[in-house]
Amino acid sequence: MHELAVAQALVEQVEAVIVQHAAMQASLIRVHIGPLAGVVPELLATAFPLAAAGSRAEHAELEFSHAPITVRCQTCGAETEAAMNRLLCGACGDWHTQIVSGDELLLESVELETVPT
Amino acid sequence: MCNTCGCNLTPGNQRLAFKPVAKGATAVSVLKGLLAKNDDQAAHNREHFDRRGILAINLMSSPGSGKTALLEATLTALKNEFTCAVIEGDLETENDAERIRALGVTAHQIVTGTACHLDAHLVHDALHHMNLDGVDILFIENVGNLVCPASFDLGQHLNVTLLSVTEGDDKPAKYPVMFRAADAMLLTKTDLLAVLDDFDPDQAEAHLRNLANPAPVLRLSARKNLGMDAWLAWLREQLAAQRARVAIGQSRRPAIQSDGQTFHSASA
Ligand SMILES: Nc1nc2c(ncn2[C@@H]2O[C@H](COP(=O)(O)OP(=O)(O)O)[C@@H](O)[C@H]2O)c(=O)[nH]1
Ligand SMILES: [Mg+2]
Ligand SMILES: [Zn+2]
Ligand SMILES: [Zn+2]
Ligand SMILES: [Zn+2]
Ligand SMILES: [Zn+2]
Repeated sequence: MHELAVAQALVEQVEAVIVQHAAMQASLIRVHIGPLAGVVPELLATAFPLAAAGSRAEHAELEFSHAPITVRCQTCGAETEAAMNRLLCGACGDWHTQIVSGDELLLESVELETVPT
Repeated sequence: MCNTCGCNLTPGNQRLAFKPVAKGATAVSVLKGLLAKNDDQAAHNREHFDRRGILAINLMSSPGSGKTALLEATLTALKNEFTCAVIEGDLETENDAERIRALGVTAHQIVTGTACHLDAHLVHDALHHMNLDGVDILFIENVGNLVCPASFDLGQHLNVTLLSVTEGDDKPAKYPVMFRAADAMLLTKTDLLAVLDDFDPDQAEAHLRNLANPAPVLRLSARKNLGMDAWLAWLREQLAAQRARVAIGQSRRPAIQSDGQTFHSASA
């Protein structure tokens, strides 16, 4: 449900980048969402056209990327992949770990049309 | 906040910063948190709290886990010790704020309409409708929902997540984003444990540890006044810690921090 709010924030940021670069409109928007970010890419993709209607991001393609969940063990130092609800060290099994990747929620890059087409 | 200094670059995303430029277009690398505007507002809210030495606590849970009942019991117990204030978030009605006001405690109701979570702007609006002078602890009761509220920083110092014993002990495994964000997990309505044979508090705690979360797990019943002392002691401890931070010009975010923020606070 909150994906609409996230989509609105996304469109606002893209609009700011368009203004900053004196561009016409955005053609491609790349968003980086880790599995632990709490945002479902499919739902964001569904909400995006609603949020983008009438904006200069309206015709942009939305592209997602994500890094796997990786944790670093504070006990043995190993860096291993983990599942969303089992953020344990893959080497020694300890739960004292820190997220290295997988919780990102970022506007990664935007491709802009700089001249009228 | 930090779109230029590169602090959003982490081991998880740095490879993304160098994508080839497509023909006929300008590719702009942004690497900015999608909720940066909310996060900036949250940081501003936190300044409001820190300037006044207030400890701000965000209460999250499913609908009906006992957030308002816990507040009623807590505010009653702390009545002669601290000045508290409450922000209530609900889809509809002023009911919860009225329950709090009946105890003589300042409460502001945010009616979110269709929004299933509070955000930093809603909380900021509420702050400017409240008299925060002399307040020691501000409780923010988020909209009952185990999904969305975890994504929006409100400016609170601590997240407290409630799990009532009628909900099943595997909720932390089913909603890892929410429970990973908890600075304390409260197992509520423990008076009902006797009639529920399938809720194992130890199992609930084990699911929380599987999320690499070291947060204390407190078992209590607000209705039957069980286990409240440990919760009140935790609150006193956290208020003392907040005052110690404020005295040296520091602040604190909830245990979980979105990517980039971690790097920022490490360098700040
Ligand atoms: N048995 C029992 N019921 C409780 C307890 N705390 C809350 N409740 C009941 O749970 C229901 C929902 O409580 P409420 O505080 O409104 O939940 P909220 O939606 O999380 O604010 C109400 O009927 C409460 O009386 C408790 O400690 N024990
Ligand atoms: Mg309530
Ligand atoms: Zn929501
Ligand atoms: Zn290990
Ligand atoms: Zn920075
Ligand atoms: Zn303000």
